[in-house]
Amino acid sequence: MTAMQPGEQRDEVEMLSLMLLIRRFEERASQQYQAQKIGGFCHLYIGQEAVVTGAVAAVRDDDYIITAYRDHAHALARSTSANACMAELFGKATGCSRGLGGSMHFFDRNNHMYGGHAIVAAHVPLAVGMAFAIKYRGEDRVTLCFFGDGAINQGAFHEALNLAALYKLPIVFICENNLFAMGTSVKRSTSLKQIVDRAEGYDIPGEIVDGMNFREVRDKIAEIVDSIRKESHPAFLEVRTYRYRGHSMSDPASYRTKEELEKYRLDDPITRLRAQLTREGKLTNEQFDLLDKRAKETVLAAVKFAEKSPQLPIEKLFDYTYVDGAVAAGVSPAKSGESAAGTAAISEERR
Amino acid sequence: MREITYRQALNEALAEELERDPDVFLMGEEVAEYQGAYKVSHGLLQRFGPTRVIDTPISENGFAGLGVGAAMVGLRPIIEFMTFSFSLVAFDQVVNNAPNMFTMSGGQFNIAVTFRGPNGPAHQLGATHSHATENFYASVPGLKVCTPATPRDAKGLLKTAVRDDNPVLVLEAELLYSSKGMVEPPDEELLIPLGKADVKREGSDVSVICYAQTVPLALKVASQLEEEDISAEIVDLRSIKPLDEKAIFDSVAKTHRVVIVEQDHPFCGVGAEVCYRIQKNIFDALDAPIIRVSQEDVPMPYNERLEHAVLPNAEKLIAAVKQVCYA
Ligand SMILES: Cc1ncc(C[n+]2csc(CCOP(=O)(O)OP(=O)(O)O)c2C)c(N)n1
Ligand SMILES: [Mg+2]
Repeated sequence: MTAMQPGEQRDEVEMLSLMLLIRRFEERASQQYQAQKIGGFCHLYIGQEAVVTGAVAAVRDDDYIITAYRDHAHALARSTSANACMAELFGKATGCSRGLGGSMHFFDRNNHMYGGHAIVAAHVPLAVGMAFAIKYRGEDRVTLCFFGDGAINQGAFHEALNLAALYKLPIVFICENNLFAMGTSVKRSTSLKQIVDRAEGYDIPGEIVDGMNFREVRDKIAEIVDSIRKESHPAFLEVRTYRYRGHSMSDPASYRTKEELEKYRLDDPITRLRAQLTREGKLTNEQFDLLDKRAKETVLAAVKFAEKSPQLPIEKLFDYTYVDGAVAAGVSPAKSGESAAGTAAISEERR
Repeated sequence: MREITYRQALNEALAEELERDPDVFLMGEEVAEYQGAYKVSHGLLQRFGPTRVIDTPISENGFAGLGVGAAMVGLRPIIEFMTFSFSLVAFDQVVNNAPNMFTMSGGQFNIAVTFRGPNGPAHQLGATHSHATENFYASVPGLKVCTPATPRDAKGLLKTAVRDDNPVLVLEAELLYSSKGMVEPPDEELLIPLGKADVKREGSDVSVICYAQTVPLALKVASQLEEEDISAEIVDLRSIKPLDEKAIFDSVAKTHRVVIVEQDHPFCGVGAEVCYRIQKNIFDALDAPIIRVSQEDVPMPYNERLEHAVLPNAEKLIAAVKQVCYA
């Protein structure tokens, strides 16, 4: 994707194709997890695609994005390649975090994707810090901070909102309300009738949008970001969405009914945008099939890429603990000698 | 005696203590309706009801503090952290409030709270989710810390922790939840005192001091070493604090050689403390410098091969034993 100018609209067919890429990526990831090519925890985004896609469609490529551990889509939406994402899941050196982070810790500095954070709400203060830096430097960027409905009951979240409001920072808090935090429904976790009311307590303007509707998400965020760029302030958006799969790969999701799941599936964000575009004569069935075929091919190629990619060699183990490498880590001179060479190679690569 | 899993053993301990004392309650994320993130509290909601087995929002700082406050007025809360990696957002409550209250109030308020949950690296969970917290917490005066490695120890230590009048951390081993072992029948009260180590295997050539997830590792290595005519004594600390110095010294006096295998980091790790005490008290008994096998001093990588390289493992432990035995 090329850099966008303010006010410019991203092509909707391209955005649909991004949603398809995310969906197919996640389906493949699920399959590869079952085949034990992927380890640890793995949280899928299937059902929520319109949220991050709508968001990136509304902002510039140099705006900052940060999210929790359900992060594959946020990287893909930020143009991190499917190859780098799949390779990360496979723990390979070609992964977006060199195989050191895994599913929950995707990072892509070049594309302004600042993680991938696995401690619930721990990244919300980080987002505020990024927004602080924007204002400090007098830039007109914004920070988009994504988090789940479960995050709004952490102390870090509350402290962060107050700071953002107090310093009038350019940040959009985007709550991806998929109704559940693991097995706990919002009703059982939160004393408020609706999540958006959290914002009111900090004098931050808040709104609710339908997260299954790409256009609604995009337009609302575009409007908010426009206002923030004119005069810096925080904003809060409760996006109502749904995850089709369990919380993670090991969760059978027996706390919700089949009927509830079916209800949301009927409202599928991809089907919906496809229908809108078809109705308006902007997309034919053949074109859609082609997009879908391409998405599947990209993802399949990513699996192949990940499979044949190398792992980070064990000699580099100490290279990523301190910026100055193994020397600072105080490991034996022999080891640090080896690692120092490794560090030099990496910094070369970074230039 | 019958064979049950570590998970079942913890479950029995919780059930028995909830049954015995109405002041005991269990609180944490997903402990009730979901039956526990790791199913440790399975069936407890059904048996004791929602006033005794309580689901919380994701608010560790809040509910850990709630536990300390409830203890100030006489309840005996059991606070579950989904994992001890998440206890770090409640660090202030665990480190600043729970252990200091008794001192600061001149002995007026003791905090009979139990903090429990899985601790230590599991498998490929990455840096944020792999913390071994025993050395952080054991360094705090006023806290007690135990690290059961078998179903029997898990049950006996948890029950003792709940009855202790001080804040006690029961650091369970996530990777051992499904492991099995012999435990007394439920009608026989099983209490294992804090501060009592357990020799899990007798030996004469070297003392391997271990705890939690390193106990099965040490036992496995001991069998391998036996084939090479090295007789390893496996000392399971069981409690990090209080530390059973006597059991450690007795073993060292017998074998004269020590390897400490710990699941935390080398810098300021549990092994450093044990090491200091050995050389301070029975220096003359040592025939070789003590070696520690711990995690490498790096945040945990996700990559499986690197994770293996970071963790204490059989190869490293065998090499260390051979080194102290000059074998
Ligand atoms: C501080 C902390 N406590 C507990 C957890 C375990 N945990 C991981 S995800 C999760 C549920 C979060 O739900 P939500 O914020 O709604 O996000 P969603 O999974 O729905 O995307 C919990 C309890 C954690 N990662 N961090
Ligand atoms: Mg949620």
